[in-house]
Amino acid sequence: MDTQLDLWEVFIQNKAGSYVHAGSVHASDSQMALQNARDTYTRRQEGTSIWVIPAKYVVASNPEDAEMFFDPANDKIYRHPTFYVMPEGAKQI
Amino acid sequence: MNATAIDNLFQQKIDLDLNIEPKDQMPEKYRLHLIRQISQHAHSEVIGMQPEGNWITRAPSLRAKQILLAKIQDEGGHGLYLYSACETLGISREELIDQLHTGKAKYSNIFNYPALTWADIGAIGWLVDGAAIVNQVSLQRTSYGPYARGMVRICKEESFHQRQGYEIMANMMKGTEAQREMAQDAMNRWWWPSLMMFGPHDSDSPHSGDAFTWKIKRKSNDELRQKFIDKTVQQAEVIGLTIPDDELRWNEEKQGYDHGEINWEEFKRVINGNGPCNKQRMDHHKKYHAEGAWVREAAAAYAKENSK
Ligand SMILES: [Fe+2]
Ligand SMILES: [Fe+2]
Repeated sequence: MDTQLDLWEVFIQNKAGSYVHAGSVHASDSQMALQNARDTYTRRQEGTSIWVIPAKYVVASNPEDAEMFFDPANDKIYRHPTFYVMPEGAKQI
Repeated sequence: MNATAIDNLFQQKIDLDLNIEPKDQMPEKYRLHLIRQISQHAHSEVIGMQPEGNWITRAPSLRAKQILLAKIQDEGGHGLYLYSACETLGISREELIDQLHTGKAKYSNIFNYPALTWADIGAIGWLVDGAAIVNQVSLQRTSYGPYARGMVRICKEESFHQRQGYEIMANMMKGTEAQREMAQDAMNRWWWPSLMMFGPHDSDSPHSGDAFTWKIKRKSNDELRQKFIDKTVQQAEVIGLTIPDDELRWNEEKQGYDHGEINWEEFKRVINGNGPCNKQRMDHHKKYHAEGAWVREAAAAYAKENSK
């Protein structure tokens, strides 16, 4: 029987500091996953740090729930600073 | 949701130019179309390492060897990006490799031609990668998110591939008579197969309708081929190479070149397994895939032992 090893998701830290999903690799353990991620996704100094996570542990929201999840934020415009009326002449606020 | 509702929602997203992501519902035909296309693309990257790998030990200088190694390593990386994008569609790496080995999945026809001389390494980088770039640039806007993002990453890496190939050709054209002949000979052999990389003429590809409706494809085969010809002719002229096409003419009206008839008989012959290297490429892949099995098994056994 052939095995292609487990699937790991790869996140690379960019210059701004955020970890951005780059793709995935196959590996038998975390050490191999890191090494493969390095060889596959950072051949040109694309990042300074790598996270690898077994794909089976990634929990994702369901696209069908997007409305329920994200829409309520829509009608709470008072969460944005532009909602408020500032007195004429007030500075640096 | 029933199938029609799913299809409608899906097409709405496509029409709004929204990416389709792995967990989104999508028509089964869209999923299968993508698996076919992305896996063919992945296999091409990997099989494409063979004609160039053939020259690593014979590269004419240490500089040339380092460059070629880095280029081929990139191609292996491209294969991996694409396999990983393809796997998000619910197919395993084992199945993908198996489809390659049984012939169910194809790879680009161009890699069934041999790299006979060092000038071929120049021609491959310049023309074959050049043609691939034209196609891949347009695929950066393909509708399936993981595929599109893979293309962005690949395009960033490709321009070095094309430039190193063109540099080889330019240097040979500045060399001895024999070197110039070698470069022209490589040009003669790779030009037409490179044009074939874009696939049949639009009038002969009746199945591309879906690919356009779903925005998997953004530009037609002929449009992409035209783009490639128009930018390559000038590059050939600059270094003194002749395009092996007597009918190549600038067409003022369409602001592009007209070209001679492509030999589709040859295209069919090669795609059906009768090119110069089809068997060699496949045998090589099968052999090394099988010989690597013990490494994967050992790694899995080691991980299992360590997790106890
Ligand atoms: Fe590539
Ligand atoms: Fe390339």
